[in-house]
Amino acid sequence: MNSRRGANRRDFLKQCLTGAAVLGASGRMGLLAAAEEGAALAKSKVVIAHDPMLRGTGTTVDSRRMLSLLDRAMQALFDRDNPIESWKKLVRPGDTVGLKVNALGGRGLSSNVQLVEAICERLQETGIKASDIVVWDRDSDEMEHVGFHVATGGNRVQCFGTDRVDYEQELAMYGSVGSRLSKILTQRCKVLINVPVLKDHDGAGVTIALKNMYGVIHNPNKYHPNGCNPYIADLNMMREIRSKMRLTICDATTACFEGGPGYKPEYSWKDNALLVSQDPVALDYTGWQVIERKRAEKGLKTLEGDKRTPNYITTAADAQHRLGTNDPRRIAVVEV
Amino acid sequence: MKIRGVLLVMLGVAMLLDAGCKRQAGTGESFFPASNQVAGWATTGEIRTFEAADLWKYIDGDAERYLKAGVRRVSTADYKFQNKIDATVDIYNMGNAEGADTIFRAEPTVDGKSIQLGDAARLHNQSLVFRKGRFLVRIVAFEESAETEQALLQLGHGVELRLAR
Repeated sequence: MNSRRGANRRDFLKQCLTGAAVLGASGRMGLLAAAEEGAALAKSKVVIAHDPMLRGTGTTVDSRRMLSLLDRAMQALFDRDNPIESWKKLVRPGDTVGLKVNALGGRGLSSNVQLVEAICERLQETGIKASDIVVWDRDSDEMEHVGFHVATGGNRVQCFGTDRVDYEQELAMYGSVGSRLSKILTQRCKVLINVPVLKDHDGAGVTIALKNMYGVIHNPNKYHPNGCNPYIADLNMMREIRSKMRLTICDATTACFEGGPGYKPEYSWKDNALLVSQDPVALDYTGWQVIERKRAEKGLKTLEGDKRTPNYITTAADAQHRLGTNDPRRIAVVEV
Repeated sequence: MKIRGVLLVMLGVAMLLDAGCKRQAGTGESFFPASNQVAGWATTGEIRTFEAADLWKYIDGDAERYLKAGVRRVSTADYKFQNKIDATVDIYNMGNAEGADTIFRAEPTVDGKSIQLGDAARLHNQSLVFRKGRFLVRIVAFEESAETEQALLQLGHGVELRLAR
């Protein structure tokens, strides 16, 4: 495959440093002032890549356009003209790479299979052996149900759930959380790439990057009280997660603004987008604002008005966690 | 020996009950229409049932509000309409009509329309939600087409007929 297929980024990049302020601050500051402040303080880049024609004239995502969309997002994130050069910033030959997908939402609202295939293609072109890549979530049946083909062994991309290998016997602990971690995380991955879905969440407010780590532990049902706060932040502090997490590629090809995390078509929209960042807190904050905009468009209350503010994002950014930033002045949203 | 036998049977029963998700080979007395009992609709898999304590295994994150409303269990089955439209039918036993109404009313009406089905119902382009007595039924289609709404409605009527028995 020609890794230089993507157009030169100068042809399509539209730097949008005001994005975070526009999305998050709701006009509290002037665009110019926000741009200047954003430029001065920008620490975490969140790329939002859109392709209105991602599905052509049909309903299924086009694989080639998905690959191109991923390339645009990665090149913008790493400021490279070549997608492989972007991936080289993340992984090197010999790495074992886990793609933690989200199959919980069932058909219609799980990590897009074409997106995962595109990521695997680029990883292999970067020198990662197919058998060193594992696509995983908690349960193999759930993964099959949403279109992934379970595969173990051989010189191919591995794909299976934790049900095939179990969780570690020993509890891993941080703060309020004590859980057994998936052996896929602890034994099969040196590098973790998070591939969540942009979703509303009945309890937590939103579920995007940080919350997707609930699929890594044996007892996620224990951590839903109080809007999952501080459990989500504490879980992401665990060494095995924090030290391996390199990147989040959030699937917003179909996203959910209400009634999540399960698929309800009436509360979903085809956003045909990816959100990509190395800062999961900044990505969650930005994704939350995208969901709020959609809720407003549909005449729904804000999540705060619905008593579902995702406070765990604030906790993840606090002095005890420092998993990233939720300060819109320190988030550079780049739309391509 | 007799006691050992009884213990073994009890152990076997306990193991069966412990399986969070139960699968049924046939529809039996279930509320799910069998293939072609509703014109054009065929089942494509087993019926799976999740008891309240295991609801999180099916709808983790969404389970809490059902539990607060008194859910007893949910059964789910997949269908296909004329080899064109895939759909999933979820039937929640909420324990009583109040529980079913709590869930039904909590969901905002966005681009949907009220229709005559069960005790109350909403139809959208790709989904149908209705309640009848202690049951809340959600039917979700995965493809949108000119036929989807009508096909969902027919399947909904098929389920409602069985709930009324």
